[in-house]
Amino acid sequence: MSVAIQFDPIRLPREAEDLRLEVRRFLQDEIAAGTYDPQGGSRENAEFSRKVGERGWIGITWPKQYGGQERSFLERYVINEEFLFARAPTRKHFTADRQSGPVLIKYASEEIKQDILPRITRGEVSFCIGMSEPDSGSDLFAAKTKAERTDDGWLINGRKLWTSRAHESDYMIGLFRTSPSTTENRRHGLSQFLVDMKTPGITCRPVLHPNGNYEFNEVTFDDVLLPLDNLLGEADMAWKQATSELAYERSGSERFLETIQVLFELIDFIGENPDLREAEGLGRLVAQLHTLRRMSISVAGMLHAGKEPVLEASVVKDLGTVWEQALPSVARDLSAFVDRDPGNRVRFEEILAQNIIIAPKLTIQGGTTEILRGIVARGLGLR
Amino acid sequence: MDESESLVRDAATRIFQDLGDPQTINSAADDAWREPLWSALEEAGLSTAWVSDELGGAGAGIGAGFTVLRVAGEFAAPLPLAETLLAGWLLGQGGIVLPGGAMSIAPMRRGGKISLAEGKLAGSAPAVAFAAEVGHLAVLAGDVVALVATADCVCREGRNFAGEVMNHVDFDGVAPLETAPLPDGVDGRAVNMMGAAARAMQMAGALQTILEIAVRYAEERVAFGRPIGKFQAVQQNLARLGEEAAAAIAIANSTAHTIAHLENWDDAGVFLDVASAKIRVGEAAGQGGAIAHQAFGAIGFTKEHILHRFVQRLWSWRDDFDNEAVWAAELGRRAAAMGGQGLWHGLTAA
Repeated sequence: MSVAIQFDPIRLPREAEDLRLEVRRFLQDEIAAGTYDPQGGSRENAEFSRKVGERGWIGITWPKQYGGQERSFLERYVINEEFLFARAPTRKHFTADRQSGPVLIKYASEEIKQDILPRITRGEVSFCIGMSEPDSGSDLFAAKTKAERTDDGWLINGRKLWTSRAHESDYMIGLFRTSPSTTENRRHGLSQFLVDMKTPGITCRPVLHPNGNYEFNEVTFDDVLLPLDNLLGEADMAWKQATSELAYERSGSERFLETIQVLFELIDFIGENPDLREAEGLGRLVAQLHTLRRMSISVAGMLHAGKEPVLEASVVKDLGTVWEQALPSVARDLSAFVDRDPGNRVRFEEILAQNIIIAPKLTIQGGTTEILRGIVARGLGLR
Repeated sequence: MDESESLVRDAATRIFQDLGDPQTINSAADDAWREPLWSALEEAGLSTAWVSDELGGAGAGIGAGFTVLRVAGEFAAPLPLAETLLAGWLLGQGGIVLPGGAMSIAPMRRGGKISLAEGKLAGSAPAVAFAAEVGHLAVLAGDVVALVATADCVCREGRNFAGEVMNHVDFDGVAPLETAPLPDGVDGRAVNMMGAAARAMQMAGALQTILEIAVRYAEERVAFGRPIGKFQAVQQNLARLGEEAAAAIAIANSTAHTIAHLENWDDAGVFLDVASAKIRVGEAAGQGGAIAHQAFGAIGFTKEHILHRFVQRLWSWRDDFDNEAVWAAELGRRAAAMGGQGLWHGLTAA
């Protein structure tokens, strides 16, 4: 067979389903206690992250010596999707839990691991990802921000752009140029670094979303000196290190559940007796969602088994983000003939509006549609 | 896939490679390929995988039968293999011994009603695949399964998109060769689910093949001085085809897995899987078939090329055992009845 796309039928194990009930109870309790409001409030909530950390649910798969639980990737999957469904304010610990922690475990020095990983698992520290630059977005290997090796450490100069939440993060994992690229390999010459955001010389400037939300930053590095120890992995070889990270980043349920609130609100808005048009439209959405979830769990199962399903992860992210992006528009369409009354209208239309406005970013962040399809085409042997 | 399923996959693949190659069949002047292919499938027990040894089947198990169907789809097998498997399964539910040979199952599409009274059938079934070409039909009449000789029925001429025989069958006054009550829990809905899952599996196989042949063509066909697969516009289209095929394979496999481990057809999870499979695989067939045709250009829109063998079957199979729209309406009604939170609990429990 020339084309190998593999999606084994994988079911979540019993211990993951037991954990799901525990997570649901926890979320109910926290909502009841007023720790967070699923309908609003900041997505960054230090108290919530600390409580999640107390449960051992951040870095749950990591080695115990660094504060982890050494539990399975499938258990992490369940926590993640239940948090997404309940709109839990995970922003403070989310990035560190999903990808920064695993990068540190793999590539950081022992001293850094001992220092930072336990604090991540306690929900105390927050990470951002410094990849894109003014002239380097999808084309990551065009990155110019420089890291020069000096006797005192690595000297960083340049600018990162579109860095989500840099202004409220404690650390960044940054991608900097340590050597020029070579003619044989234009991916050569980039390295990953751990950056303490309090290091002198770093400034964050807000770049607002169209609705005024502050998420993006322009981060300027002006003679920022990092300890030599902060190089993660091998100099110039970051392109090799990023591969497995991407499979984690691209296949999770956050890649199709970002606007999911719209679907569940739509169902309640339509009510128990949908007309034929509404029923058919809902049914298609449910079938598409269920299929995405099956695919995502299948990738999680493969990661759990130690495989690197990079192609499959890209398939999930492309199908997932296109779906979650279209969902608000489909919901707008399907809700057109529902009787509106003061009781149901305001809430539904507010949620719809928020999601219609944010929808365009979903197929840009973390790998655009075009880049993902390029990866899929490569997986099919076309590039 | 467990070991026995992987053996079945290898056996089925070998038979189709040797005797059921789509290009050979497409170019054949007559039907001489048919008899050897069918005999080989029968002898290997692949057409009766879903029937126990005691009832005259191969007793290979539910998972193995679905594997056979996936392979059959990969070769766009123009034979009543899925129909014989399904008919055997339905007869087996009533404990009826296999009559031998190719069979089909009724009803397959909406619009007919079949009943049994005083030993005689009444009513009709529209669009029963291969009916006029097989010896026997397994007929669902209320809560009874009936084994019927096709010769006793009136089959009206009809064909599916791929030109395969598909008849409107009249059962008025037909005396079944045998009847048996179905066990509790196996009703019309269960039969429809089994049929839909079987078609979904064939379709997943066919999508896999059109992906493979489209990719191969894009690597070989040169235009503007390079293989068309080097053009980004073509790459992006084929990536979309790959994603549709992936979605179809994932949900069809999942459904087969669920049915193979099923305890009760009333389980909400099996409905969710089957409905999602028939809807999502049907959508993938629509989009995937169109993308594959676009990739092949004019050569793909000819009788001499094999692409139509896959696309036309894909598009026909969408309508068997209820199409996307019908499944979606039912799934949507159930989702609405569950409410938002209830639906999430239902999805995560499946």
